[in-house]
Amino acid sequence: MNKHIYSDIDETLYTEKLANGLTVFLLPKPELAKTHALFTTNYGSIDLHFAPIGKDEVITVPEGVAHFLEHKLFESEEGDVFHDFSKQGASANAYTSFTKTAYLFTATDQIEKNVETLIDFVQHPYFTDESVEKEKGIIAQEIRMYDDQPDWQAFMGTIKAMFQNHPINVDIAGTVESIYQITKEDLYTCYHTFYHPENMVLFIAGNFDPEKMGQLIRENQDKKQFAKMEQLKRKFPNEPNEVAEREKRITMPVSIPKCTLGIKRVNQQLSKDELLIEDLLQDMLLDYYFSKGGPFYEELYNENLIDDSFFFESNIDRDFGYVLIGSNTKDPKQFSERLKSMLLGIQEANLNVETFQRIKKKKIGQLLRMMNRLENIANAYTHYHMLGIDFFTLLSVVRELTLEDAKQFMYSWIEEERLSVCTIDAE
Amino acid sequence: MQEIQENIKDINGFNVHYIPNQKYKTLTVVLKLRAPLDRDTITKRALLPYVLKQGTKQYPSKQELQIKLDDLYGASLSIDGAKKGENHIISVRLDIANQKFLAGDSSVFEEGLQLLYDVLFNPNVDDQGFNKSIFTREKETLKQKNLSLKDDKMSYANLRLIDEMCKGEPYAIHVHGYLDDLEKITPVSLFSYYQQVVANDQIDIYVQGDLSEENMEKTIKKVFQQANKNQPRLKHKDLNERHVSKTDVIPKEIVETDKVQQAKLHIGYRTNVTFGEPAYYALHVLNGIFGGFPSSKLFINVREKNSLAYYAASRMESHKGLLFVFSGIAPEDFEKARDIIKKQMEAMKQGDFTSQNIAEAKAVITNQLLETFDSPQGTIEFLYQQVLANKKITPLHFVEQLNKVTKEEIVAVAKRLQEDTTYLLTAEKGDSHE
Repeated sequence: MNKHIYSDIDETLYTEKLANGLTVFLLPKPELAKTHALFTTNYGSIDLHFAPIGKDEVITVPEGVAHFLEHKLFESEEGDVFHDFSKQGASANAYTSFTKTAYLFTATDQIEKNVETLIDFVQHPYFTDESVEKEKGIIAQEIRMYDDQPDWQAFMGTIKAMFQNHPINVDIAGTVESIYQITKEDLYTCYHTFYHPENMVLFIAGNFDPEKMGQLIRENQDKKQFAKMEQLKRKFPNEPNEVAEREKRITMPVSIPKCTLGIKRVNQQLSKDELLIEDLLQDMLLDYYFSKGGPFYEELYNENLIDDSFFFESNIDRDFGYVLIGSNTKDPKQFSERLKSMLLGIQEANLNVETFQRIKKKKIGQLLRMMNRLENIANAYTHYHMLGIDFFTLLSVVRELTLEDAKQFMYSWIEEERLSVCTIDAE
Repeated sequence: MQEIQENIKDINGFNVHYIPNQKYKTLTVVLKLRAPLDRDTITKRALLPYVLKQGTKQYPSKQELQIKLDDLYGASLSIDGAKKGENHIISVRLDIANQKFLAGDSSVFEEGLQLLYDVLFNPNVDDQGFNKSIFTREKETLKQKNLSLKDDKMSYANLRLIDEMCKGEPYAIHVHGYLDDLEKITPVSLFSYYQQVVANDQIDIYVQGDLSEENMEKTIKKVFQQANKNQPRLKHKDLNERHVSKTDVIPKEIVETDKVQQAKLHIGYRTNVTFGEPAYYALHVLNGIFGGFPSSKLFINVREKNSLAYYAASRMESHKGLLFVFSGIAPEDFEKARDIIKKQMEAMKQGDFTSQNIAEAKAVITNQLLETFDSPQGTIEFLYQQVLANKKITPLHFVEQLNKVTKEEIVAVAKRLQEDTTYLLTAEKGDSHE
């Protein structure tokens, strides 16, 4: 295993790419009681068009299949894998995002056994027609739950308003209609294509011996056979820079309307370093303008256009990116118009060195705080690794950022054709 | 496992808890103010955090305060109010980068602590009480918060269940206050209530992180010695938990409708057991077997066997002595789901579970508890339960007691459980899918 010491943040990371292609990261934290393991495939809800392993022709699978697969992997011939984790004192879970499906546990005891359980269940699919049918009712209720959540509807509504063709505009869980089309065969096809070790990352952080753990994982993998993996062929439609809809309205039974503005990222190929700098600067600048006390936040607050629910977030991933800014608001029209004019009126010349220094300090503190939790480290490390970036270098990259970097980014950050507004009106 | 190191000292009438350890990259300070839940004061207590966090005497606007916090490496400073049993707790939280990662910035902790102190003890006031415009604006924030409670159906159903179940008991008091009362509050009346809070509330201060206890204490003393000395603060005897066991519990069912796709079925039980009592550990194990985890009876029977729900789980309230079941189901499945849930509770009372179930529940609860101590906020919340219950229970003792629980004790505690209220929030007629 390769050992890398990051002295500025007091972390030591062990890394290895195994013979079958699996990438393993081990982060020992002997001062903690727990261990968190995260086993992630670079496969999410947007991967609807691809060439199955060993084939050339691109096929299309039903919406929501990645999420369905996540549910069904927990079932084995012997029953529910949750039980095995419980017996071993571990809490297990899983999630599906636009670009990833991840399986995880945390435990304070029987760590090695739990790691084996995690790897083995994810690497052992078992689907029957009957069990696939049975899951449909459960997932339908999960979708109905989201149907009733105004925040989720506002989120997906804004994404749909921004993206014309990219499958990010499809609900992660699919629809009640689409999941009823899913068959056992669909699940196996997606599984064998995307759950190949070459497409997966295992990150374990916590209280364990890295040498022993590395040995255990190597031996476990050596016992298993995997088909040869060629370059994965995924197909994505061309996505123009312009948004699908500048304004979208959804009607729901809410007490106060909600309004969310989306900024769609320019679709361009960047180097890893450029991508990281853009990702950091976007986060830092959003935070500067819109966190409580920030200049734009204050204006919106003083004009009574926002309340406690005000939020902002940004996400840059494989081949898409967006920013969301939203709130409950009594006057969605005024809120979105003020927000738009603020964003379009950003003048990079107005940002000075002193302010930018403070923005950097804040980001450094936020990164340190984030690293208090093993779960955050595992998620962030995996996410950045899949984009070719080493998460543990973020702090030093932030320290090196200059006002000029920020100004250059701001110059082309906002354009009107890349803005969408989604409003949830009260019924 | 290792015992959590916690040393408690009285400084100026505050109970200061020092928790030095090497687990985190930040230092965490939480100040807790405790008073009984009371309909007459709750709306003011709900409003106070919103007003206080807008600024201090030295940094009178949110903007000025935030610039200072950003300068302290993005220190986070927050204030919130919560219900713990029949107490109301206001928590002021500071989380700040440990200066060991910030070469050259050695005063960061002290400056952060001073801000936390000022937010609570040196607020932005004039002779008219709290600043009028901030006060008016924050009243509006709390008003909107109250109005939007209905939009999160799961928490709304939980609120309505408690309304119906604990009618007339302090526990039913809404933590966000009441709109009628909000209208009547003025900057002066809020300020005069604020003075009572800082003078009388029981105050505990927790300091945690990679810093020696001597250095923690030095900084705490330096900042907190400014406070008025020897205030006659509320003591345990005034605050002791008033868990009135209702003896005349008659199960009732409440059905309400709303524009929803999914119905929320919530059931409330009275456990008649609170934190640290001998039967508390058995209750924990019961909750684990019944509905606490994805391997529990509720998950297996409501979700896995009958595909009725995406979630079906139970949760304990430790200081009032309640247990809640919550699930999201198709409206037409109400009776079926309700009967299955009640059957699982009946099975608990009949002892219809295995020693394997017991061992699993104990292992998962132990794991969760130990994990709690790897989170700065989690550790403090656990330790504060001891203050609330006025019982010293170390984590190690907790785990020992938990692992001693027998099947007979679980059945005994199950039999003490009283079903109280079944609450259903369902679709209006003709509004349901399928």
